[in-house]
Amino acid sequence: MWQFRIYFALSILALDASSVLAQHEYTDSEVEVGKAQYAINCVRCHGPEGDNITSADIGHGKFRRATTDAELVKLIQNGIPGTRMVSFPNINDSNAQAIIAYIRSMASTAAAAAALPPGDVARGKSIFEGKGACRTCHRVGDQGSRSGPDLSQIGGQRRVVELHRSIVEPDAEIVPANRLLRIVTRDGATLTGKLLNQDSFSVQILDIKDEKLKSFSKSNLREYTFVNNSPMPSYKDKLSTQELSDLISYLASLKGQAN
Amino acid sequence: MKRFNIGRVLFVVLVATGSYAQVSSDRILHSAQEPQNWLTHHGNYNSQRYSMLSQIAPDNVKNLELQWLFQARSLEKFEATPLVVDGIMYSVQAPNDIVALDAATGRPFWTYSHTPDQAARPCCGRVNRGLAILGDTLFMATIDARLIAVDAKSGRPLWDIAVAKPESGYAMTLAPLVVKDKVIVGTAGGEYGIRGFLAAYDAKTGKEVWRFYTIPGPGDPGHETWPANNNAWEHGGASVWVTGSYDPDLNLTYWGIGNPGPDWNGDERNGDNLYSCSVVALDADTGKLKWYYQFSPHDEFDYDSTQVPVLADMQWRGSPRKVMLWANRNGYFYVLDRATGQFLLGKPFVEVNWASGFDEKGRPQRVPGMVPTAQGTLILPGNQGGTNWYNPSYSPKTGLFYVPTWANYSSLYVKQPVQYVEGRNFGGGTPRPTTPNGIRTTVNNYAREDEGYGAIRAIDPHTGEMKWQFKMTDVTDAGVLTTASNLLFSGGREGYFYALDARDGKLLWKFPVGGRVVAGPMTFSLAGRQYVSIAAGNSLFTFALKQ
Repeated sequence: MWQFRIYFALSILALDASSVLAQHEYTDSEVEVGKAQYAINCVRCHGPEGDNITSADIGHGKFRRATTDAELVKLIQNGIPGTRMVSFPNINDSNAQAIIAYIRSMASTAAAAAALPPGDVARGKSIFEGKGACRTCHRVGDQGSRSGPDLSQIGGQRRVVELHRSIVEPDAEIVPANRLLRIVTRDGATLTGKLLNQDSFSVQILDIKDEKLKSFSKSNLREYTFVNNSPMPSYKDKLSTQELSDLISYLASLKGQAN
Repeated sequence: MKRFNIGRVLFVVLVATGSYAQVSSDRILHSAQEPQNWLTHHGNYNSQRYSMLSQIAPDNVKNLELQWLFQARSLEKFEATPLVVDGIMYSVQAPNDIVALDAATGRPFWTYSHTPDQAARPCCGRVNRGLAILGDTLFMATIDARLIAVDAKSGRPLWDIAVAKPESGYAMTLAPLVVKDKVIVGTAGGEYGIRGFLAAYDAKTGKEVWRFYTIPGPGDPGHETWPANNNAWEHGGASVWVTGSYDPDLNLTYWGIGNPGPDWNGDERNGDNLYSCSVVALDADTGKLKWYYQFSPHDEFDYDSTQVPVLADMQWRGSPRKVMLWANRNGYFYVLDRATGQFLLGKPFVEVNWASGFDEKGRPQRVPGMVPTAQGTLILPGNQGGTNWYNPSYSPKTGLFYVPTWANYSSLYVKQPVQYVEGRNFGGGTPRPTTPNGIRTTVNNYAREDEGYGAIRAIDPHTGEMKWQFKMTDVTDAGVLTTASNLLFSGGREGYFYALDARDGKLLWKFPVGGRVVAGPMTFSLAGRQYVSIAAGNSLFTFALKQ
């Protein structure tokens, strides 16, 4: 269901790489590990965007007391005496490096969003419905699939920087209401659904394959696990900078009116 | 603004005559001898929420079926635990209507309705948790800080007094406690800069007999724990909003005291801020302080100690001892000597990062830097605590203490400046959620376990160790009931009422009540048949075994 037909090369991460002082290339898995580590250890103070602390806006690559990756690893593990930055001796070098990879990817994304040219709503709508094939999974008004998040009011719900990140880094943040659950029934059937509700004894989903509402007793399931990654691929290499900006402008214009 | 249904007076008298005896103080004192009734908010003075009834047992609980359902004419949270006296059930329809029901059928005898003053501003819902009874008189504390006595047979008001000023932020949401000939209540309002107090009133006249301020005034012991250079003590909170306990042998009544104010900013109230976040033991006749123990000195995390003081007599390190069991909102489980207040044990029952342990006197050792800040500090447990006001239970049969728990739950404590203005919020900050799901407020639940979960945790009081837990996918505000047949009843926000085996936590029965359970279950019997009641959503459900 998650099909995207047009492929464009766009090196968004390269747009402002110098400003975030990346030390080397990071692998996707490194960033993924870093994201999980960040959620456990860092998000509580620094926030999901890394910008909770103005003087140390790590989400935009602003570090006051460190520059290189090595310095940052040391800072994470030792903390900064006399400040709220506590030490994390339990974070080993590998995980600290992964956190840095994730922080730098956040900064790159934020910088890329800020660097986008002005977008055109009409052109963005055309990309959404055509080249981007977004309706294969997303619904706007009464058009499109229900398997992905409904975007009819997305412009009123998400900031531009968040829209940008969702398009180029779909795994960066999956809001709770868009979480997917993978289910294996006792008779071996496997399905994936959008989690609509759960309790200690049952679970309710929208099956993303047939778009049917389904309810299960957990005692009848062999397995039920959250799907950590979004089924949506990144568009960072599939759309040009201008196309990306147009698409974001269109999404930002969706406030619930008929489209 | 008050009304009662005269048309039902004759009916209730006719129905009740012959089976109804006055609820004397002696009956309340010996309530354990009549488990068919539920004469006080917590079942009896020791507040164990443990019933000797055993007809419903692990091997037949699967045969429970709904007997009747009372739908409250209220959209407020239904937090009340009913009383049952000789076949008549009394409960509160929020905010402040008393209903008298046939306990076997749920049919109403009468309703007494109190319309609270518009100045009432309870912080956290227009709720009420229950009633007290003495003789033929019911007592209700109201959200506009009044104490009202009502004839139990007719619903006619007998007296109605002002306890405090609602426009200053005072409210009452707790069930009163009757001890001898007095009715004891305490005042809520910890988020509005009140000066909390407990007071006892003559049950016949409503005349105040004694008053204990939970913040000592100038010249009183403990006043030195407030700054000498300002009047922070006058607006320091220390509210009371959960019913206490009573030990007749010691003639002490025990009450948990709420947070100091401002809740999240202690800059203007340096010191321990007694008796906030404490348990106080008062002489029941005079209100004089016998002892206190402060769980969270100089609290800045809203760790009200408004939990239920659970009293138990047990062998402690080889000797019989009168103890008090207490799972605190601050995340620690405590055992205290209830004759002296001596600290006997303190152990975390959830994840804790604000303290690292205790000194020899039981004072918590604070972790440096774990205080609210302008940027925010992550504290475990979070603002709603490891547990809160929902009642625990102690079963003398299993020897275990059962706690409704919020596990793996934290808040980001953000401090902000605040000035006291009468009747206005006096918080001084904001506790923020630390996960995308936060504290769930939507009907639908998308949470992962690593974002926090609710549980019933069974604790061995001798060690503080958890023996078992029953996990839920959502947090819980439901109380716990245990019985002599080793059953445990509880519920949660998910909208189930369920029974566990109290020995191992195994699920034995569940019923989808379709609304969140934010009350404590209770049990009673009539004509040889045991019933279990629980409020959920906007209704009161009563179950019994299939006949």
